[in-house]
Amino acid sequence: MTLHFKSILIFWGLLFCTIARAATITVYPNQTINAAVQQAKPGDVIRVMPGTYREKGIIINKPIILIGVDHPVLEGEHKYEILTIISNNVIVQGFTIQHSGYSSMDELAAIRLKNVSHVSIRNNHLLNNFFGIYCQHADSCVISGNQIESDGTSELESGNGIHGWKCDHLIIANNSITGHRDGIYFEFVTNTLIFHNNSFKNIRYGLHFMFSHSDTYVKNIFSNNGAGVAVMYSHKVIMHQNEFRENWGSSAYGLLMKEITDSHAEGNLFYRNTSAVYMEGSNRIHIIHNRFLHNGNAIKLQASCEDNIIEQNNFSGNSFDVSTNGSLVLNRFSKNYWDKYEGYDLNKNGIGDVPFRPLSIYTLIVERNATAMMLFRSPIVNLLERAEKILPGITPESLKDDEPLMKPLPL
Amino acid sequence: MIIATNVNKRFGKLQALDNVSLNCNKGQTIALIGPNGSGKTTFIKCLLGMVIPDSGFITVNNKNISHDWHYRKQIGYMPQMSRFPENMTIEQVIDMVKDIRSDANESMDEELPEAFGLKALYGKRMRTLSGGTRQKVSACLAFLFNPDILILDEPTAGLDPVSSEILKEKIISEKSKGKLTLITSHVLSDLDDLVTEVVYMQDGKLRFHSPLTKLQKETGEEKLNKVIARIMQNQ
Amino acid sequence: MKKIIKYILLDILRNKIIIAYTLLLMVISMSLFLLEDNASKAMLGLLNITIIIVPLVSIIFCTIYMYNASEFIELLIAQPIRRTKLLTGVYLGLVASLFIATLIGIGIPVFIYSPDTSGFTLLFTAIALSTVFASLALLSAVMTRDKAKGIGLALLLWFYFSFIYDGLVLMILFQFADYPMEKTMLALSMLNPIDLGRILLLLQLDISAMMGFTGALFRDFFGSSQGIIFAAGNIILWMILPALLAINKFKNKDL
Repeated sequence: MTLHFKSILIFWGLLFCTIARAATITVYPNQTINAAVQQAKPGDVIRVMPGTYREKGIIINKPIILIGVDHPVLEGEHKYEILTIISNNVIVQGFTIQHSGYSSMDELAAIRLKNVSHVSIRNNHLLNNFFGIYCQHADSCVISGNQIESDGTSELESGNGIHGWKCDHLIIANNSITGHRDGIYFEFVTNTLIFHNNSFKNIRYGLHFMFSHSDTYVKNIFSNNGAGVAVMYSHKVIMHQNEFRENWGSSAYGLLMKEITDSHAEGNLFYRNTSAVYMEGSNRIHIIHNRFLHNGNAIKLQASCEDNIIEQNNFSGNSFDVSTNGSLVLNRFSKNYWDKYEGYDLNKNGIGDVPFRPLSIYTLIVERNATAMMLFRSPIVNLLERAEKILPGITPESLKDDEPLMKPLPL
Repeated sequence: MIIATNVNKRFGKLQALDNVSLNCNKGQTIALIGPNGSGKTTFIKCLLGMVIPDSGFITVNNKNISHDWHYRKQIGYMPQMSRFPENMTIEQVIDMVKDIRSDANESMDEELPEAFGLKALYGKRMRTLSGGTRQKVSACLAFLFNPDILILDEPTAGLDPVSSEILKEKIISEKSKGKLTLITSHVLSDLDDLVTEVVYMQDGKLRFHSPLTKLQKETGEEKLNKVIARIMQNQ
Repeated sequence: MKKIIKYILLDILRNKIIIAYTLLLMVISMSLFLLEDNASKAMLGLLNITIIIVPLVSIIFCTIYMYNASEFIELLIAQPIRRTKLLTGVYLGLVASLFIATLIGIGIPVFIYSPDTSGFTLLFTAIALSTVFASLALLSAVMTRDKAKGIGLALLLWFYFSFIYDGLVLMILFQFADYPMEKTMLALSMLNPIDLGRILLLLQLDISAMMGFTGALFRDFFGSSQGIIFAAGNIILWMILPALLAINKFKNKDL
């Protein structure tokens, strides 16, 4: 995969070499960009001067470079799709693109990439569009440094910030996305890198994956989204060093994994989410070196999950560390640090001598009757928990960490 | 000054006061006597508002005392069993009561502390004091504010003869100032020379109330205990 | 009345128990903050102190003090003071002493180690519960003439509010599991000052979990200013009502 990214870079290098010979066309506010595109030859640069352009849809059908000077405004007047790219090898940068049309039939976007490859969309401001950047059948494209904002209020009336459908080898980097339905939505998108984006306060998910295999997302921040991040029906997903923060709500998750297999979550931070990680029907996922801080529920592990390994994570300040819905446990917890651990370490090897059972009986009660949460931490509930810890009767015997760490890992 | 009319008080089955009516006036010194449990202390507590009568009413200076408290400015009270905050010193207790009754900042009557020699003991904590010394403190507090009415419940119990005499003289001198004094005591000999009137209570009822001179005439006895004994025999 | 408060306060401060209590709170809070590696775990320890130890000590201390102060009360009752003022003074003196003890014992460690909203909510809850249980102590002391009975009643009240009540609520909750119970639970929590304090603290310490489970209703209620005012008003009622009842009873009590 990295080889492929290198080839993309080489391509861009070559493209810039040809610019020297290309012509530059300058567009002023009393002119139209469409006319300039008509006039341009492949490889030309079109410079758009500051101003507002209302063009009822701009179509780019040849490999050109479209540069906005001081962020000229492309206005969609709440009616049109603003920029449609149907040619390979296009660069669009430095525009303010706003007010795309809204339609319940068509998924109108500020920028649409349609059956293209090697397109770069960078450093644009997208304001109050239905969809932000819509990629369909796009290959080897880069979307970077864009600020995508909307003020959507309901799931129906707003589209996704960056939408990918049947794409391959995308790079989505350094974007900031807020106020859309899903910050980033992928369906059938493969071999893609999502790096250093900030997706916050979106109505549904900060990031939403469906049937998207072998994708990597690194160092992103997902915060205050309606339902956090959902990764579904995918395999070989790599999630490294992301931050999942303050995703609150009755069905909000820091990271929801549904039918995910052979994936890897490492070095992530989960801070103050209602449920930090929710796993359902997910197998062979390695969860390592993550920090779970002050979440309502650190890990919700449904009984349909198996062969997952949860090791060397720090769990502190969570209301509940682990909860589950069945008695069968086919996953392994090992060498985690649990702040609720009360055991001892006589041989001083840093590993507690008695196992830790992270499942509290009260999670089971709350699972069955949510209102019981109101009695949480009442002395009578504490008594109940203590009794269960000494003599496990209801909680599954096998859900335990045999080698709990005495001190938190330096993560 | 004090008029009690048909005062009743019942503690469970016990009728502690049964239709007690009494009239006390200025300048009188009244001995309230009767056997144990005859209702003397209950009656006194009613006067002070510590026990609330079931029925009947009491007026002090023509004012009904129920749920009132101003009238207590005119009363100095020395209880049968003096109980004080144990952690406080004598001086602190006296200062506290002075402080709380602060509007009486006119002349304080500090004769008794002097006479009892209490000032030497001022730094002592109440819990270290003997019963007699506590009585002295109690007596001092009762006289401290120059009240018009003095209510003394067993004032001489626990006092040594010398202190007892001092207290008696104090009572006589107060009487000469025209004050009303109510005393209960078992030691009737202590009450000779003091009392002008005798009130006798039994089983919560007021048996009789008459001037001592009249009783002495009727019985032909001089000493109070003889007078009372004669009356009891006659009944 | 100010003078009575002053003398009660002086008397309580002279008696070593309140100082021992202050030190105990201080030692526990300090050691929780120093021994636990994260402040939130220490806060959970303090939550347990606040909802178990603070009410227990408050109600027992105040009940015993009321009996021990009977001499003081007897001495002053014959003085020209209104009875209601006397008992109100005693109550406020007790509250003031507990206030000082809590402010020092819990307040100082909180100021040093966790001077944030949750810390101050904890301090506020501890002070409020001290006051509420002083109020209940006043009632149990006025209602019973016998010291042993009074202390027994006080213990029973404490046990009821900290254990039995929640057990009953849990039972009700499961009996009526098929019905929407959020509003009922909200109402039930108002009937127990300890629950009210605990929920206020939960909203600070376990906000993430609270948001998930009882969601909207709770956030709407305790998140809105009306909700906070209502809860605060409720806890103030808990501080005042038992004391008022006690004072009213004391007005007609024979001594």
